[in-house]
Amino acid sequence: MSVASSDSAVRMSRFTRTLIYLFLLLFALFYLLPLFVMVVNSLKPLSEITGGNMMALPQVWTIEPWLAAWSTAQIGVEPTGLRPYFWNSIKMVVPAVAISTILGALNGYVLTKWSFRGDKILYGLMLFACFIPFQMVLIPMARVLGVTGLAGSTPGLILVHVVYGIGFSTLYFRNYYAAFPTELVRAAQIDGAGFFRIFWRIMLPSSGPIIVVCVIWQFTNIWNDFLFGASFADFDSQPMTVALNNLVQSSTGVKEYNVHFAGAILAALPTLLVYIVAGRYFVRGLMAGSVKG
Amino acid sequence: MGFLDINNATKAYGSVEVLHKVDISVEEGEFLVLVGPSGCGKSTLLNMIAGLEEITTGEIAIKGETMNGVHPSKRNIAMVFQSYALYPNMTVGQNITFGLEMHGTPKAERDRAMNEVAEMLQITQLLNRKPGQLSGGQRQRVAMGRALVRNPDVFLFDEPLSNLDAKLRVDMRTEIKKLHQNLGTTIVYVTHDQIEAMTLSTRIAVMNGGYVQQLGTPKEIYDTPANIFVASFMGSPSMNLLSAKIRVEGDRAMADITQGEGTVSLAMTNAGPRLKTYDGQTITLGIRPESITDPDGADRHSQHIETIQARIDVTEPAGSDTFVTTTLGGKDCIARMRADADVRAGQTVDLAINMEKAIPFDPKTENRIA
Repeated sequence: MSVASSDSAVRMSRFTRTLIYLFLLLFALFYLLPLFVMVVNSLKPLSEITGGNMMALPQVWTIEPWLAAWSTAQIGVEPTGLRPYFWNSIKMVVPAVAISTILGALNGYVLTKWSFRGDKILYGLMLFACFIPFQMVLIPMARVLGVTGLAGSTPGLILVHVVYGIGFSTLYFRNYYAAFPTELVRAAQIDGAGFFRIFWRIMLPSSGPIIVVCVIWQFTNIWNDFLFGASFADFDSQPMTVALNNLVQSSTGVKEYNVHFAGAILAALPTLLVYIVAGRYFVRGLMAGSVKG
Repeated sequence: MGFLDINNATKAYGSVEVLHKVDISVEEGEFLVLVGPSGCGKSTLLNMIAGLEEITTGEIAIKGETMNGVHPSKRNIAMVFQSYALYPNMTVGQNITFGLEMHGTPKAERDRAMNEVAEMLQITQLLNRKPGQLSGGQRQRVAMGRALVRNPDVFLFDEPLSNLDAKLRVDMRTEIKKLHQNLGTTIVYVTHDQIEAMTLSTRIAVMNGGYVQQLGTPKEIYDTPANIFVASFMGSPSMNLLSAKIRVEGDRAMADITQGEGTVSLAMTNAGPRLKTYDGQTITLGIRPESITDPDGADRHSQHIETIQARIDVTEPAGSDTFVTTTLGGKDCIARMRADADVRAGQTVDLAINMEKAIPFDPKTENRIA
């Protein structure tokens, strides 16, 4: 039965192969189980959940919980659903991701191609930003937002996330550009291109993979952030994560678990989408940045 | 004053001086090659001419105008890089015209210039491709096209052939030479390959350790090297450097070289009068492999040929020549024989030494004894 041959280490017997696939399948099921529970229960009437089996498929299929979570559920005191908060999050995430990515690219470009005295130290200091825990900056950041008059607004949240994101985006782009041939920059200089033209015309068009990495990373982090949203947002600028919390934590009435499940999936959907669309570039770009850096 | 003047230019990083008072004047239409081992400062000097590195002290001037502090794009120079430095995101056509675009040349004129250059370099069919789709030789042409299209005062080449395979390198070398002959442009060319330097240049600057060791025509550099470094760096196989004791005999100087148990005496006909002051001292005698041959292959125009007997240690038939190794002055000495010279290892044969081409060096200062 075993067809394993000695000439190749990669070839394996059918038995081993079956075993490996079995394990993989098992782990896949294990990881998919929570998603299954969420999806299944978000499609049931509440009575089926409170009545008993969380694992069972719905007897009556309904999208009512999804509609409720999106537009009518009680968030805090208002029956608005998650919809307004979804747009709050979008209005915060898109500019924050764009700005921090572009600033990171500029930083990486300067740190690698326009080196100056002390650039290594500066880069080291910027890396610290990646290691500072969120809680530590809460109070200083509250002060900054208060002084600048941005407290409780979407621009304020954008500022917080941009400042926090620059560390990582600089790290990505610096490592990527360190492997980018300096001769290209020199050639462009002789051709007469200035600082920004070299950036726009030569560097950015060659940065596809690392832009994808940076965008996915920043998007996921900023979208999923709860602490800054809960601390610095007002009622009309609260992001999705905070609203979801308010939905689940509401203390009046019956706990509508099916609506909660639907809301949680809605909150996770955008990051999932970004991964599905750009995921295959993610690993590729991450490798390019880390190996050559 | 020349077309491109380098006046006492030095380069220092902090307190470390890497280039010491370089003084070179290049005439219009000259092909100057900077050659030397890696780390000798040749690329630094080229980058200083290009404006990519600052000049610490001294001056570099093009057409009489000082270039210190002038931006690279304002010097009217073009540079071909070792890696070609083609913009990977642009087509060949865009690569060639990028410089013109940056200088605000109108589109119609850019296209005309691009087509002209593409035709000259035979890359018209490649204009819409990306650099990643080209072979090494094609990239090389595109890089030259990008330099040519600007019609610059000075072309700078930074080891442009070192990424090509051996055969293509020889082809492109000839093409660069043709280009220079047809266009009559002024070129400064950096290489570590002494054959490129010899074949391409109208003048060579041999550099080592941040100093220009010798500046001269290829023939001057090859026949009258200023010191032992230049002598051994230029030429392949490199020059034989033998210890010889000088003995003045009447009005001529003799060089005694040990050979096995005995000594061979060679009359130094072509040396300057100063050699006689070395009477009784040991000098380094430089003889190129092609000046030691089998008697039939000796230069018939030479005024003075000495014949010695030598035991052959190794023979290396190279097709066009046969290189043989013998021992002279206690060291391996390479001689270059005709391809069909009948020699075998272990034989003792006659070797004809062309003493006109023998060069004496002072072993302490390493300079040629003129």
